[in-house]
Amino acid sequence: MKDEILIETRDMVKIYPMGQYQLIALDHINLSFHRGEFAGLVGPSGSGKTTLLNIIGSLDTPTSGSAMVLNHRVETLSHKNAARLRNYHIGFIFQTFNLLPVYTVYENVEFPLLLQRLSASERKKRVMQALEWVYLQDRANSRPSQLSGGESQRVAIARAVVKNPEIILADEPTANLDAENSHHILKTMENLNKELHTTFIFSTHDEKVIQYLKRKITLFDGKVVKDEKKE
Amino acid sequence: MVIIKLALQNLLGAGLRTWLNVIVLSFAFFAIVSLQGLLEGMNRQTAQAMIDTYYGGGQYWSKNYDPYDPLTLDESHQPLPEALKKIISAGEATPLLMLPGTIYPEGRIKPIIINGIDPWQKLLAIPSHFLQSTNGNIPALIGNRMSESTGLRQGDQVILQWRDVDGTYDAKEVDIVQVMQTSVQTVDIGQLWIPLQLLQEMAGVPDEATLVVMKSGSIDHISIEDWTFKDINFLLTDIKELVKSKSIGSTIVYLLLFFLAMLAIFDTQVLSIFRRRKEMGTLMALGMTRGEVIRLFTLEGSLHGVLAVILAAAYGIPLLSYFVRVGWTLPTQTDSYGFAIGEKLFPAFSAGLIIGTTLLVLIVTTVVSFIPTRKISKLKPTDALRGKMV
Repeated sequence: MKDEILIETRDMVKIYPMGQYQLIALDHINLSFHRGEFAGLVGPSGSGKTTLLNIIGSLDTPTSGSAMVLNHRVETLSHKNAARLRNYHIGFIFQTFNLLPVYTVYENVEFPLLLQRLSASERKKRVMQALEWVYLQDRANSRPSQLSGGESQRVAIARAVVKNPEIILADEPTANLDAENSHHILKTMENLNKELHTTFIFSTHDEKVIQYLKRKITLFDGKVVKDEKKE
Repeated sequence: MVIIKLALQNLLGAGLRTWLNVIVLSFAFFAIVSLQGLLEGMNRQTAQAMIDTYYGGGQYWSKNYDPYDPLTLDESHQPLPEALKKIISAGEATPLLMLPGTIYPEGRIKPIIINGIDPWQKLLAIPSHFLQSTNGNIPALIGNRMSESTGLRQGDQVILQWRDVDGTYDAKEVDIVQVMQTSVQTVDIGQLWIPLQLLQEMAGVPDEATLVVMKSGSIDHISIEDWTFKDINFLLTDIKELVKSKSIGSTIVYLLLFFLAMLAIFDTQVLSIFRRRKEMGTLMALGMTRGEVIRLFTLEGSLHGVLAVILAAAYGIPLLSYFVRVGWTLPTQTDSYGFAIGEKLFPAFSAGLIIGTTLLVLIVTTVVSFIPTRKISKLKPTDALRGKMV
């Protein structure tokens, strides 16, 4: 199970047309990710980290090459199937938390399960469990505007894990947090990785995140320049 | 259901912005229903007044009778056939004789139409029983507007001049035995009512009539030679056209109100989509398709219509029920518009009006809400997450 390959990219290229020029965001990326990995894409701004994350998350498609995610070819997925893949199998954690402002903490975490049409009782069970994982069960009725940065990101984590996804993609999750909160968040995600065997892939240039990674993939100008595993 | 729940939550979460739009839209809805109700009430009241007072269940017109040409009145009366006499004696109809005449109130000359009516008739809401008095003089009935314009009051006497069938002019004093309060100008302005038999004797046309009014509610009519039956729909044509012409003005008012309300909804939608593009990206990242996001935003907009209808019902039902009960007092100038309404107008609200207007509001709100959401169909989730728009 642990050796199961969940994500595999082959000669993947992503090009953005910029008027007369072309921006090569990803240049022949060949990578694979196994179940339970705690990996990160590191590199300077513009190195292609977020682009790679977006393609893995089926939010974008490669210009050429292939990206297989959970046995689905991202480049040929319809919008509907891509949405379904994200809803059931992929969780997202964003730099700016991206909580839905008019919903409570409970409702934010519940949202992906509503799209899965689960029963109310099943949703409640899972939401409360997810909030317990991030130690926010007593803030269920709060609104995002009432939360601190660290609490908001923990709600985002709960929302990402509530559906028991195989993959969680975190794009600069600590960029808007102070050091203490950053470590707290990373510890939480590390524990979830160990308990649930969820694959975590980060996009970051934050040293605080890098020190937690079990695998560090360095990108530069859209190319993989280093792929290091921590023992 | 999920989308409805989400849309409602988003809508209510927007707070004052939502309620301002809802209030404006509810006013537009209320205005449309009220104005339409007033017009419908006016239509019904006028039609009913005409039916009760003059049209009955339809009229048989003598051969040469033309209500638009008073110059033909001299020739537009003929003997009542047996078939009509039978109906009249059964109490199912009443004859009217109409002849041109002249009165001289306070030394002025005023051309009028002399109407002969059976004093014992009970078909029409004309108080003809006041004409039953026989103190030797000719009793006459006039309407309140006629009284105003001529200065004649109950108890006054006035010279009446007429021409008989041989062309001879004659004149006599008549007693104004009653001034009837009526909203129907057709039986009032320029009209004088005297007993039918007396008029027939005065004109030398025994047993003749200009028209025969059928009892209200009678459906069957027989075909009679030289008499043309005019049913209620025909007789009410002019009134319907008049009300229709009045309704054009109110239609413009409520279209304007509606347009303003829809503009508010449209603007809200456009701003909402612009402001919430990051949220749209998040929704798509969480697993919503573009189509579902479009449906969500469209539903949010159209729910304004639903809330507006509910709010309008909350204050509109008690208010309009009150006016249906007590009526709407009209200014005296309304009389000059030619409507047989009276002092008060009672609005009429049909199920069709309420349902039709509700559907109109909901459909138009939905369409207006959908138009700005078409942009979302071209939106890339990655662009939306970065806060970029198409």
